[in-house]
Amino acid sequence: MNDREPAAAATEPAGPPAIELIGIDKSFGAVRANRDIHLKVAEATIHGIVGENGAGKSTLMSILYGFYQADRGEIVVRGRKVAIASPDDAIAAGIGMVHQHFMLVDNFTVLENVILGAEGGALLREGVAMARAELTRLEREYELQVDPDAPVGELPVGLQQRVEILKALYRGADTLILDEPTGVLTPSEADHLFRILRQLKEQGKTVILITHKLREIMAVTDRVSVMRRGEIVGTLKTAETGPEELAELMVGRRVLLRVEKAEAAPGAPLLRVENLTLVDARGVKRLDDVSLTVRAGEIVGIAGVSGNGQSELLEVIAGIRPATSGAVFLADGSDLARSADPARRRQGGLAHVPEDRRRMGLVMAFEENESAILGYHDDPLYRSGAFLSREKVRADARDKIRRYDIRPPDCRLLTENFSGGNQQKIVLAREMERGPDVLLVGQPTRGVDIGAIEFIHRQLVAMRDAGKAILLVSVELDEIRALSDRILVMFAGRIVGERGPDAGEGELGLMMAGIEQAGAADGRSGPVVPGLALKGVPTR
Amino acid sequence: MDFQAVVLILDSSIRLATPLLLACLAGLYSERSGIFDIGLEGKMLAGAFAAGAAAWWAGSPWVGLLAAIFASVALALVHGFASITQRGNQIVSGVAINFLAAGLTALLGQAWFAEGGRTPQLPGEARFASLAWPGAEALRQVPFLGPLYGELLSGHNPIVYLGFLMVPLTWWVLFKTRFGLRLRAVGENPAAVDTAGISVAFLRYRAVIVCGVLCGAAGAYLAIAQSAGFIVNMTAGKGFIALAALIFAKWRPWPAMGACFLFGFLDAIAIRLQGASVPMVGEVPVQFMQALPYVLTVVLLAGFIGRAVPPRAGGIPYVKER
Repeated sequence: MNDREPAAAATEPAGPPAIELIGIDKSFGAVRANRDIHLKVAEATIHGIVGENGAGKSTLMSILYGFYQADRGEIVVRGRKVAIASPDDAIAAGIGMVHQHFMLVDNFTVLENVILGAEGGALLREGVAMARAELTRLEREYELQVDPDAPVGELPVGLQQRVEILKALYRGADTLILDEPTGVLTPSEADHLFRILRQLKEQGKTVILITHKLREIMAVTDRVSVMRRGEIVGTLKTAETGPEELAELMVGRRVLLRVEKAEAAPGAPLLRVENLTLVDARGVKRLDDVSLTVRAGEIVGIAGVSGNGQSELLEVIAGIRPATSGAVFLADGSDLARSADPARRRQGGLAHVPEDRRRMGLVMAFEENESAILGYHDDPLYRSGAFLSREKVRADARDKIRRYDIRPPDCRLLTENFSGGNQQKIVLAREMERGPDVLLVGQPTRGVDIGAIEFIHRQLVAMRDAGKAILLVSVELDEIRALSDRILVMFAGRIVGERGPDAGEGELGLMMAGIEQAGAADGRSGPVVPGLALKGVPTR
Repeated sequence: MDFQAVVLILDSSIRLATPLLLACLAGLYSERSGIFDIGLEGKMLAGAFAAGAAAWWAGSPWVGLLAAIFASVALALVHGFASITQRGNQIVSGVAINFLAAGLTALLGQAWFAEGGRTPQLPGEARFASLAWPGAEALRQVPFLGPLYGELLSGHNPIVYLGFLMVPLTWWVLFKTRFGLRLRAVGENPAAVDTAGISVAFLRYRAVIVCGVLCGAAGAYLAIAQSAGFIVNMTAGKGFIALAALIFAKWRPWPAMGACFLFGFLDAIAIRLQGASVPMVGEVPVQFMQALPYVLTVVLLAGFIGRAVPPRAGGIPYVKER
């Protein structure tokens, strides 16, 4: 427990807090998801709640929104004690929620989605006319423009999120809970969201922002509560704290947010990709003339908004699907682009940590030791005559569990019972311990706790320093900037530019949005890579 | 084929399409709410048996209809309990209901009436009679319009009119009422309905009950309007054809009517052409004509209809997540 007093007490504004939670307890079986939570959220503020995955943030907010009932404790809204047994009660108490996975009906229009649950009568006609007028007013007041007659499924995610916010406002929410709202947004969409949130605050609404991204907390909140293992370990004024302190509170120990690494010393090219093009079954160009080189001793990061060809690039290089045209060379020199044979690549010294560990990296129903040898099960190391030696497999697994600090340290546990961070460590241990020359890494820290992120980042840098070539794909721009020695930006299947690790976030963000398609324009980018073709990109 | 013959075939199509249409709309309510229902057949059959038995005992078709609805709704609730409350597999539950109805109707029929599973032949007043529209007789001699009015519009029993009236009514309910909006929403994304503060289970139970009512009416039509009593397995796959029509119609009421009419039309032609000689081909075997609706079902479902996107949450039990 942190020794700091809750900061709210001294500067409490007049009037009761918008939301006050008193002594909330919630257990699922033997797991205590929330213990003795006391939280005050002042009216017309943006209050952040941070914590690692599983810290109990979502459970707490689900209790507030009536999805779960607390075992103990009280909820006080504007000085009035309320019983919230269902979302209906929460809505009646003026609480609205924007869920991480949008609660929208895709084939409904915006208007239909907004009125669902508040139709204003058994027949739709009158309610719809009223809703349309009200929606126009809300859109104007909060700058939440969206076409009320557009089918929601055809809107980009940023607009879908606006519909979610409009839904809550339409139901009369005074307090808005947003659960990890920026996970699906581009940097500029996230900025727009923050502008909307500030607008809401100015209009007197209270916003509770749940996130694990410290940058967002610092950017937009007034106060922040940190949760760890089901408890609130501190409530601070954002202006009086910083990311380091928050991270320490979240994890319970000092955390290095900045990845410490020396200058890269790139050697010979170990992975060369030339003019790679991939046309999918529907005739869409997923990869368009992509060329890149990764040298020994460097990390090349690929930045981009999810869905711009990064996944396909990894899959083609890793041999999961064949390219339509182009070439992929490992150090041994043979072209692998047309053969989809991951085993052949492994022999050539290429290892792959796939983006989606649950779907491609692990078999969830396998024991840890079985998941830990996937793809390497033919290795004589695990063999005993013609059979797999269980003993050898488990001994190897126990060894990796120790060195990668995988918890719980039980190689017989089913893979699905490990947390996201530990599952990721299982994959990393499997792929890195073979000492591959080239490592492809997709989203290495997606859904992974801060503590584990630090560990994974250190491992990647250590591998680079050992003279390996690493190709990193991540949608977390911070991660790309922290780890990469060179940054390539992908947009619509093409590499639209290269920058050095010191490139500004705004600049990369524009390139990711396809707005600025410049090559080496500002003189800050790294050395021009041989074979890096920027077809169709104007060079000013 | 002369005009009179065409009118007769169309008239017959309407009669044959009615039970399909009722069952198809029944399935529409259930599946739009996200509960797949392959137990339409079983519910119809149970309804037909209940109608035949009750109409014979009471001597009134209306009592028969009520009994049919009661029996069918009871089975619908079993399906609802299994798939909504217990979150069971909806296909398994539907299959079970089909078996249950097939076995139970024959068993009870034999136990109560000892006529090989049939219910006794119903006298005229225990069946639904045709309703003659005013002036139908008088207009009969008017060319063209006379037969159209007299044969196609007039002279059907009440359930036929009920079935076809259900089409605009269903459209209106689905797209113009609060219940319809919520029904469509819960079949696409029950979580959205839940977070909007609406009970997913209650909504789905209501849909399943409406499904039961319409299946009961379809069954009653077979036993006490079209025929004069229940015969073992008298639905003969109509519930499944209704299901095919529902997919063909992409879960929309007006196309559902079109699809059901098409199946009814094929049936009518099959009956009409039995033993008739077709030019160039000669006499077509009865079995071939009888198989036509089923062949059409397969052909249509095998891809002639383009992409039929079912309600997205269909078949998946709703489990509350945070």
